[in-house]
Amino acid sequence: MREHGEASLKAPAFRYRRPKRLDEALSLLASEGEGARLLAGGQSLVPALNMRLLEPKLLIDITGLAELRGIAESKGRLRLGALTRHCELSDPRIARLAPLLAAAQPFIAHAAIRNRGTLGGSLAHADPAAELPACAVALDAEFEIAGAKGRRRVAAQDFFRGVFETALAPGEILVAVEIPAPAPETRFAFLELSRRQGDYALAGIAASASMSGVRASDPRLVFFGIGTRPVEAPKAAQALSGAGWKDSSAAIEALGREIEPAPDLHAGAAMKRQLAQVLLRRAVAQWASA
Amino acid sequence: MSGPLSFLDLPASPVGKSLPRANAKRLLAGRGVYLDDLRLPRLVHLAFLRSPYAHARIVSLDTTEAARAPGVARVVTAKDLEGRCAPWVGVLTHLKGLKSAPQFPLAKERVTWQGEPVVAVAAASRAEAEDAVNSIRAEWEELPPVTDMDAALAPGAVPIHAALGDNLAFAKTIDAGAVDAAFATPGAVVIEEDFSFARHTGVTPEPRAILADWDPAGESLTVHHAGQSPHMMKEILAKQFALPETAIRVMAHDVGGSYGIKIHVYPDEMAAIAIAILLARPVKFVADRLESFTSDIHAREHRIKARMAVSAKGELLAFAIDDRTGIGPYSTYPRTSAVEGNQVVNLAGSWYRCKNYRANLRVAFQNKPPTSQYRAVGHPIACAVTEAMMDRAAAALALDPAEIRRINLIADDAYPWTSASGLKFEKLSQQAALAKLLKLMDYKALRAEQAALRKKGIHRGIGLACFVEITNPGPAFYGVGGAPISAQDGATLRLDPGGTVTCAFSVTEQGQGTEAMAAQVAAAALCLPVEKIRIVTGDTERTPYGGGTWASRGAGIGGEAVLQAALALKANILTMAGAMLQTPAEALDLGASGVVDRAGNPRMGLDEIGRTAYFRGDTLPPGLQPELVATRHYVPRLYPFAFTNGVQGSYLELDAETGFIKLLKHWVVEDCGRIINPLLVEEQIRGGVVQGIGGALYEECLYDSRGQLLNGNLADYLVPMAAEMPDIEVAHIETPTADSALGAKGAGEAGTGGAPAAVMNAVNDALSPFKARVSAQPMTPARILAALGRG
Amino acid sequence: MGQRMSERITINLTVNGESVSRAVDPRMNLVDFLREELGLTGTRWSCEHGVCGACTVRIDGAISRGCLVFAVQLEGAQVETIEGASQSGELADLQAAFHRRNAVQCGFCSAGMLLTSAALLTENKTPSRDEIREQLSGNYCRCTGYHSIVDAVEEVAASRAGKGGLK
Repeated sequence: MREHGEASLKAPAFRYRRPKRLDEALSLLASEGEGARLLAGGQSLVPALNMRLLEPKLLIDITGLAELRGIAESKGRLRLGALTRHCELSDPRIARLAPLLAAAQPFIAHAAIRNRGTLGGSLAHADPAAELPACAVALDAEFEIAGAKGRRRVAAQDFFRGVFETALAPGEILVAVEIPAPAPETRFAFLELSRRQGDYALAGIAASASMSGVRASDPRLVFFGIGTRPVEAPKAAQALSGAGWKDSSAAIEALGREIEPAPDLHAGAAMKRQLAQVLLRRAVAQWASA
Repeated sequence: MSGPLSFLDLPASPVGKSLPRANAKRLLAGRGVYLDDLRLPRLVHLAFLRSPYAHARIVSLDTTEAARAPGVARVVTAKDLEGRCAPWVGVLTHLKGLKSAPQFPLAKERVTWQGEPVVAVAAASRAEAEDAVNSIRAEWEELPPVTDMDAALAPGAVPIHAALGDNLAFAKTIDAGAVDAAFATPGAVVIEEDFSFARHTGVTPEPRAILADWDPAGESLTVHHAGQSPHMMKEILAKQFALPETAIRVMAHDVGGSYGIKIHVYPDEMAAIAIAILLARPVKFVADRLESFTSDIHAREHRIKARMAVSAKGELLAFAIDDRTGIGPYSTYPRTSAVEGNQVVNLAGSWYRCKNYRANLRVAFQNKPPTSQYRAVGHPIACAVTEAMMDRAAAALALDPAEIRRINLIADDAYPWTSASGLKFEKLSQQAALAKLLKLMDYKALRAEQAALRKKGIHRGIGLACFVEITNPGPAFYGVGGAPISAQDGATLRLDPGGTVTCAFSVTEQGQGTEAMAAQVAAAALCLPVEKIRIVTGDTERTPYGGGTWASRGAGIGGEAVLQAALALKANILTMAGAMLQTPAEALDLGASGVVDRAGNPRMGLDEIGRTAYFRGDTLPPGLQPELVATRHYVPRLYPFAFTNGVQGSYLELDAETGFIKLLKHWVVEDCGRIINPLLVEEQIRGGVVQGIGGALYEECLYDSRGQLLNGNLADYLVPMAAEMPDIEVAHIETPTADSALGAKGAGEAGTGGAPAAVMNAVNDALSPFKARVSAQPMTPARILAALGRG
Repeated sequence: MGQRMSERITINLTVNGESVSRAVDPRMNLVDFLREELGLTGTRWSCEHGVCGACTVRIDGAISRGCLVFAVQLEGAQVETIEGASQSGELADLQAAFHRRNAVQCGFCSAGMLLTSAALLTENKTPSRDEIREQLSGNYCRCTGYHSIVDAVEEVAASRAGKGGLK
């Protein structure tokens, strides 16, 4: 951890700007280059600053940008501004149209953190043990990104590249997250194993599948806390398709072969594999008992 | 309880009542004054360059940029402090063979643990001090670190301190009774197990903090210290800084949690004082959380091999342990780093009748932060090992764990008793406590519930743990070994003209309720409402000389001093009243209205006594010099310690697929002698239990092979939080000590002493259908799954 | 590592109902601002990385970690600390219950516990013990073991409900 013997829990000096418009933010970002960091909720950034793991020259506070705010629904498709705070994830529209986000909410840190932390911040931070990136992938979300050259879209499954690494290029800002309307009869499951309430996950699953009659189709299984980014398990998901989904044993076995968990301080790779398999079994059991 | 002190037991007596603490209201309004709240003119703040390596030579330090940095008053290295602070050595003469190297405030030439302070920067703000520290250019030559206690003691291991010859700080052997013969008893069942306990630390909510102010003109040193023993600190500072005692004042204000962490001498705090003298400006040092993890004392790193022999009938025949413990590169001062291990080997098994006991202790230096006394010192380990082995024995003999304890606990009428290791128990209530606990937790019903749920694949565990706890320590603990540690305390009670009493006494408050306890004792003796007693603590200038807070002695020792002083003040009051009323003092007493006659009729209010003494001495009979203030001190004389006892029960559920434990409920039956305030005792027990659970399930300092702390922050070092903790039910038995009039023993540490044992037994009980066991703490899901053979 | 002299930025905000205007170094966090600039020492820092909750304050009515927000971010904000919430009397029943049940020992976590409990009772008038524990799960206490705190909050919830609703 702290190999360098550096003193710190007071942030290093920086300049601060709070632009009122997105284009202003983008041009600040462009002109400052690598020395700038975006500040939204601050719940991940500020600890890193306090510990001097980062020493930006300029903090660009984007909480004033109206373009990044708002929850909107259009034909069942949900658009969440990047500045949507975690405490807003219990909004009825989110509960209805992106149930995984609402289900994840109580697991995200604690109330005080949720009052300030943002959806965009969590996604851009891309901690592999965080809940929302995995939920976004499982929900087939699309991210709208603004840069100097305009807007572009990236699918959630392409967005998370590694530990704290995303598809955001220098000078870009995540603006909004769009979630397609869930297919009819889609069921979701969100389960997390952590040592204490609110901790980062030892392992977690964000899952969805369309259940019509006895058949499950289009299952999505996304694990978090077990790799360098959200881990999809398409082979295990495949094993759940069809009429026999209630018996998850084949899927569990497939999962065991499919994933290569990364160990961390609290769990080795084998344990992560075990936990992922248990979570899969329990998610399916949840669907079966519904 | 009856006798001449039955006033303590009268219905109106505050002693024994669960009164809320008067001093807590301000804490709830945000009006506590903790060290960091203090400001002095021209204050500078300290930050340290600390060693990034577990073991390294300091090749060079370039502080030129730091010295020029904005806001910096001074950059200080060991060289700048040469001759200003004498080194200290953490040894005690009665721990024969204990050796340690001299320690200085700042490292010279070599660093021996990651986090050791090397350079101090004093600046106008902490942030600027940190900026300057980070501009210091330091060159290190990494040296091979000793990071494992067994490697430290292995033949050929390189000693951390060449002059000491090896890394064995201390060794001790106990051999009582006829251990080998007992193990060889025909038909004996012999059980063996290896245990390990991970190093962990106190994590006080308020970090360590000190503010030192040297006045060169008055030649006086004022130290505000978030510490447990201001008088001890003053003594030590006088010695280390070659100052007369009269030049030093140490004050503790509100302290945000201590649990033993804040009673030791720390190099960074000594540096702060030295720098205050150097600069003649007030210097404040408050450790931040990252620093706390690498510089607060650590504790409880042990590996123990245990062997036990029991007869077919369940009688404990012999018990033997081999305890290796890994400390830091120095034994801490003044309490040493050997006492924890010493207590483990003294205590293990001692609450059972068996007199065949052998223990080997080896204490090893390592390149990790120094260790020392932390709440319940050694008890959690001694208890966990003993109680786990008792459960193993029970299982081997198909005996119920409660039954095997009943068979072996010392009988309640067998006292006084001396344990195999030489511990003297005045009188304990272990059998009664066990019976009470089993009833309290409805043990039979829990076993039935467990059995029924097991059939459904739900795995619950029930764990019991009996224990004793050292409290009220006498001078044989430290003083006898040459430490400036006071095992006695004093109280001065003064009646003021308005009929109120000011009570200054030398035990200190860190939230456990010491002040409330003292007020209740004084109020009982003087028949005053507690609101009329003002308590003064924490200031060497305003309190009698005493030991402060440590080893659960506040009520037992401090309370007795308060009681005796109050009774002495009462005698003085009655003498004066007798003179004023022209009645023999023996015909008078104190009652709710003040001075009363033996029939209870009011004669005179205490305010009248006060006013007369202070303003109208002319009205008093000739020859009478009223003395409405009394001081008494108390040191335990009959017993080296007042042992308390108790039993704990844990009920939990194991998720065998994930290794996760859910704590369902916890119970404690404790006997701390006369209880002054049941509410305070219960809350100390509860807090202690949760702290013990921390060590049992969550807390460990994780190191890599280079001695780098991997989890030195609150996200990765797991302290118990509310959602995972159980409700804790506490019941009491009161077996007073005859060593004092008050009869109170200590209560602060018992919760921590017994909880890890109870939880470990419950976890292993839950694991038993799987023929799996864990014998390493903390019992993390990883360790539990490994025991289950599942990842 | 070079030093950067950051220009001070003037902020105007309301703290415990009083208008405050100060020029601050951008890197000064809210806790240090309250403690050093305004002398409001009731808010404590203990970990400075957002885990322990000792620094809990209210920002625009919502509990937040004071150590994770810089004062400069709070232009126009309403900040309330334990001093303000205490002085207004809003916490009186919680404080009384904490006091009665000794749900406070060293007191270092108490501001955070009280503000967090108050927030819970605003949203959930009849929390179960598990819900209380969950809400308090981000506030570290080392002294009490949490049981008495849960008791105190449960008692206040019941008593507020008995009196017909939110005080």
